[in-house]
Amino acid sequence: MNASPMRDRAVASDEQKRAKTGAARYRPGVLKYAQMGYWSPDYSPAPTDVLALFRITPQDGVEPEEAAAAVAGESSTATWTVVWTDRLTACDRYRAKAYRVDPVPGAPGQYFAYVAYDLDLFEPGSIANLSASVIGNVFGFKPLKALRLEDMRFPPAYVKTFAGPPTGIVVERERLDKFGRPLLGATVKPKLGLSGKNYGRVVYEALKGGLDFTKDDENINSQPFMHWRDRFLYCMEAVNRAQAATGEVKGTYLNVTAGTMEDMYERAEFARELGSVVVMIDLVIGYTAIQSMSRWARRNDMILHLHRAGHSTYTRQKNHGVSFRVISKWMRLAGVDHIHAGTVVGKLEGDPNSVQGFYNVLREGHNPVDLQRGIFFEQEWAGLNGVMPVASGGIHAGQMHQLLHYLGEDVVLQFGGGTIGHPMGIAAGAIANRVALEAMVLARNEGRDIWNEGPQILAAAAKDCAPLKAALDVWGEITFNYASTDTPDFVPTPAVA
Amino acid sequence: MKVTQGTFSFLPELTDRQIAAQVEYCLGKGWAVSIEYTDDPHPRNTYWEMFGMPMFDIRDAAGVMTEVNACRKTFPNHYIKINAFDSSRGRESLRLSFIIGRPAAEPGFSLVREEGPGRSVRYTTRAYATDRPEGERY
Repeated sequence: MNASPMRDRAVASDEQKRAKTGAARYRPGVLKYAQMGYWSPDYSPAPTDVLALFRITPQDGVEPEEAAAAVAGESSTATWTVVWTDRLTACDRYRAKAYRVDPVPGAPGQYFAYVAYDLDLFEPGSIANLSASVIGNVFGFKPLKALRLEDMRFPPAYVKTFAGPPTGIVVERERLDKFGRPLLGATVKPKLGLSGKNYGRVVYEALKGGLDFTKDDENINSQPFMHWRDRFLYCMEAVNRAQAATGEVKGTYLNVTAGTMEDMYERAEFARELGSVVVMIDLVIGYTAIQSMSRWARRNDMILHLHRAGHSTYTRQKNHGVSFRVISKWMRLAGVDHIHAGTVVGKLEGDPNSVQGFYNVLREGHNPVDLQRGIFFEQEWAGLNGVMPVASGGIHAGQMHQLLHYLGEDVVLQFGGGTIGHPMGIAAGAIANRVALEAMVLARNEGRDIWNEGPQILAAAAKDCAPLKAALDVWGEITFNYASTDTPDFVPTPAVA
Repeated sequence: MKVTQGTFSFLPELTDRQIAAQVEYCLGKGWAVSIEYTDDPHPRNTYWEMFGMPMFDIRDAAGVMTEVNACRKTFPNHYIKINAFDSSRGRESLRLSFIIGRPAAEPGFSLVREEGPGRSVRYTTRAYATDRPEGERY
């Protein structure tokens, strides 16, 4: 009977890393995970395998291959001791295989562990099943100090089991009839406390002024200060007034998040009856609820906006949790049309490379390996619609050149405080943002160097636009320069690629 | 009331030079430029009239500007827009669309409210111009 495999101080022998076979494999007792078959360095991932990349921090004395094997085991078939019932199954197939371990550049004690899962391990079209499988068990495992799911690769065979975003970037633009520029939005502020009628005033002013969308905040559901029905009624009055005042399609993301699915469907139906083009849900409703709402949205021709409420509790620290890159991929499969994905220059966490990586997995039809942006796997999206990323949090018109440079065109730029806090009023705030954006896009298309000439382009546009001038005067100097907690780890050499 | 549809409606009217620069940008990307016009400015009016076919094979802005000016001459009192179409996989849609001609007077829209059950209202945006027949609106 072996001693506890996780406490060996000596470097594991080759024998301890090699899978046992036959009767030796199934003698009752405790084996190392590598001996149970979960470490397979000769395994070549099949095109139909689901792949995962974990960042593992083994406890002292635990070999990285053994830790990787343990992660593979505990996220597939293993338990802590040999069980004979394995032999009633095609267990070689169901065992996940840790096939590669690399040290993380510049982070001693951390390793990248690649694990392959057979397609049969997963139920078609279920993020609940996918997440329960991959992160449901292994993250509390004692032999690891910390564990982070960094990236996943989904084969087309698996991608095709999901309906994906109900609208997608292209059809959203066609429904709005808005092309060639980022969309503009604003979250209604203050976050909490406005009554329905006053809330609608903010929506009307912002949309009339020139934004495309306004937005409920994540915790605006149905509270004593404003019942959801009153919000919906007043908001749709505001949206339609603004549409008639401008001749543009306008929308406001009506948050249908509630305590039960039944309540959510009731709210979504009312939004539809009132003629809204878009509804909104929060990540905290859970993966199953998100998929149900996605299905509802498609059947009701509704754009579905997802606020990533709560994600930073587990996405932000590099050593432990789930990378937002993975959440982005899961949400694209689950099927949302918008997802908050970072601003780079605003008040919330997100370094340029990581954020561009998130944007790429949401928008592109195919992602090549791009270690600089944290993309570890090539991912083919098999025709699944793209998700429109949303940049929201502490951004203002003075940053328009940086936003366009970092984030591109297929994005919703949301300026809550940056519209509502404008010294000349909300509509003026909206005008300032819209003029700044259009001027920047015009200049970029003309071939100007917007990164360096951005401030001059904005100043020139401000000459004809008093609201923009006022916005630049108030906010032009504001920046949020803090060290990012979540930056990609890579060495730009062929060996790591 | 200026109808603010299209990518550059919040900027001062584009000069021909600015328009040509945008057309150059689109041609450089391999997008097909087309011209459309309408006298029905409703935001849900998807199908403006096509002024000729999309110019799949015109590769220089001057050629496009000739067509633009021809359209302006023929329809001086209509809304005219330039579209750029990207036929690549996963897009197959417009990449840019901006208005470069509009009627001298834009009366805008009324908001028609039809009161429904409870407090609900059914809304219609109604262009004043479309009270008159096509061709007689502006």
